[in-house]
Amino acid sequence: MMKLRTALFAIAGTLLSATATGKDVTLLNASYDPTRELYKALNAAFADEWKAQHGDTVTIRMSHGGSGKQARAVVDGLPADVVTLALAYDIDAVADRGLLDKAWQQRLSDNSSPYTSTIVFLVRKGNPKAIHDWKDLVRPGIQVVTPNPKTSGGARWNFLAAWGYALKQPGGNEASAKAFVKTLFQHVPVLDTGARGATNTFAQRGIGDVLLAWENEALLARHEPGGDQFEIVVPSVTILAEPPVAVVDRNADAHGTRQVAEAYLKFLYTPQAQEIEARNFYRPRSAAAAAKYAAQFPQVHTFTLAEVFGSWRQVQAKFFADGGVFDQIGPGH
Amino acid sequence: MRRRVLPGFGISLGYTLAYLGLIVLLPLVALAWKATGIGFHGLLQLLASPRTLAALRLSFGGALLAALLNVFLGLLVAWTLVRYRFPGRRLFDALIDLPFALPTAVAGIALTAIYAPNGWLGRWLVPMGIQVAYAPPGVLLAMVFVGFPFVVRTLQPVLQSLARDVEEAAESLGATRAQTFFRVILPVLVPTLLTGFALALARAVGEYGSVIFIAGNIPMRSEIAPLLIVQKLEEFDYAGAAALGVVMLAFSFVLLVLIALLQHWSGRWAERGA
Repeated sequence: MMKLRTALFAIAGTLLSATATGKDVTLLNASYDPTRELYKALNAAFADEWKAQHGDTVTIRMSHGGSGKQARAVVDGLPADVVTLALAYDIDAVADRGLLDKAWQQRLSDNSSPYTSTIVFLVRKGNPKAIHDWKDLVRPGIQVVTPNPKTSGGARWNFLAAWGYALKQPGGNEASAKAFVKTLFQHVPVLDTGARGATNTFAQRGIGDVLLAWENEALLARHEPGGDQFEIVVPSVTILAEPPVAVVDRNADAHGTRQVAEAYLKFLYTPQAQEIEARNFYRPRSAAAAAKYAAQFPQVHTFTLAEVFGSWRQVQAKFFADGGVFDQIGPGH
Repeated sequence: MRRRVLPGFGISLGYTLAYLGLIVLLPLVALAWKATGIGFHGLLQLLASPRTLAALRLSFGGALLAALLNVFLGLLVAWTLVRYRFPGRRLFDALIDLPFALPTAVAGIALTAIYAPNGWLGRWLVPMGIQVAYAPPGVLLAMVFVGFPFVVRTLQPVLQSLARDVEEAAESLGATRAQTFFRVILPVLVPTLLTGFALALARAVGEYGSVIFIAGNIPMRSEIAPLLIVQKLEEFDYAGAAALGVVMLAFSFVLLVLIALLQHWSGRWAERGA
């Protein structure tokens, strides 16, 4: 009898302690390639905070890949609770298939982009070709490495940054921008499919004089072994790249994870997360974190996509769709 | 009906049809069904685009050339491995399969590292004006690399079972060495060479992973057709991607049928010759 009671107590105890330690929640975050290190740090911090506040254990699984590929995977059934991609158009594409509200970008502040980046130049040590601004990229003999805007989200930001620069020159207009970008792409010897591939081509294979890169990737490359072989050049004006985040309504509701998924994305705006983002070379939105890490980020003049181009849907239709501007003026033309 | 020693025709045929249907036919039907979304007009437009044509030319032209090279090089290698005994033969024999086992992306990166302007071979070739990496020859090189084992591995068993007394008979009847090779040995090998050719060709046409790293991917110059498919997917143009896939499939099918016909014809030729 004694034994049975002990056993019952033991079982009850286990059950009670299980309730006390909370339930296990799993989130799947579909993200793009360069965010591996960033979300590793963010996920650990969020899990700690959620545990302290609610007692539940959150495990966040990551899926990384090209931004467009990730969007397609979610459309095709990857059960991601949240998407954190390179550009809003890829989340628009998921929304178009009814997986989340089409007005998703208004749900969080700052266009649903808790952190930003920009497009900078990576040049070889000592800047031997004296590249200081966009106009230097089209000098005779300069080779420019960028991935293909058709297959790479980062490369679309590159393209738009160059276009915006040309527009903002004295007397700049659509025609002059088109001519400038056309000349620029005639200086591209290799079109990799993704940003990491282009970085490899430039850094490991020694191709080209300048790499058009995400600032966070350029800063990361500088901090890696062999990073002193390169220098970052900030052009006179460039684009503010806003990688957005969103809860995938249909998946989160099906998994019953909406509450934690929304909290996870809101967490990205907290002071703690903003510092983690800055440490991982993404520009934080919060002024406090920006001030604290000011030394790490050079001063840049940026324009936003909305200011110059309107919306991503317009950009995609005009520039990158089949037969669009890029097809008319890209390399090979 | 003739009585068979081993029973089970019905069940094995049923299994074969079900398996083929599930593994091969079903995905192809899905592909064709997706492709209908583009419409006849869209298909014509796709095929009329110079960029599509350039990519198809590079993919199929490169694959044909690569398969042809592999037939010659593969025959030499298989002959050497089967007919001669030398130190390290087993090691070389094992090396043949490496292109099978290597993830294609790794192969592409390795080849690029060697032939890039700062690579081991590239640093000598590029100053001489020979650009391999980031140019069409790089595409060809990657295709030769991935297709190579097919020819060697299909040829080896046939070469091994080749009766030597036939060669000796030819020699004793006064045939020259060239005659022995071209009139006695080669006719027996032709069907196998064609099989190897077809396998290497099919592999090279569809190759994406390794080519993408070495090609340079410049439209109209070094852009392969599978990359165009990937680009269409990036635009969420599923129908266009599927249509291009069907076009590639149709081309490949025609080529493979031609090879099969050639094989059939050469088999009869070999029988008559023997």
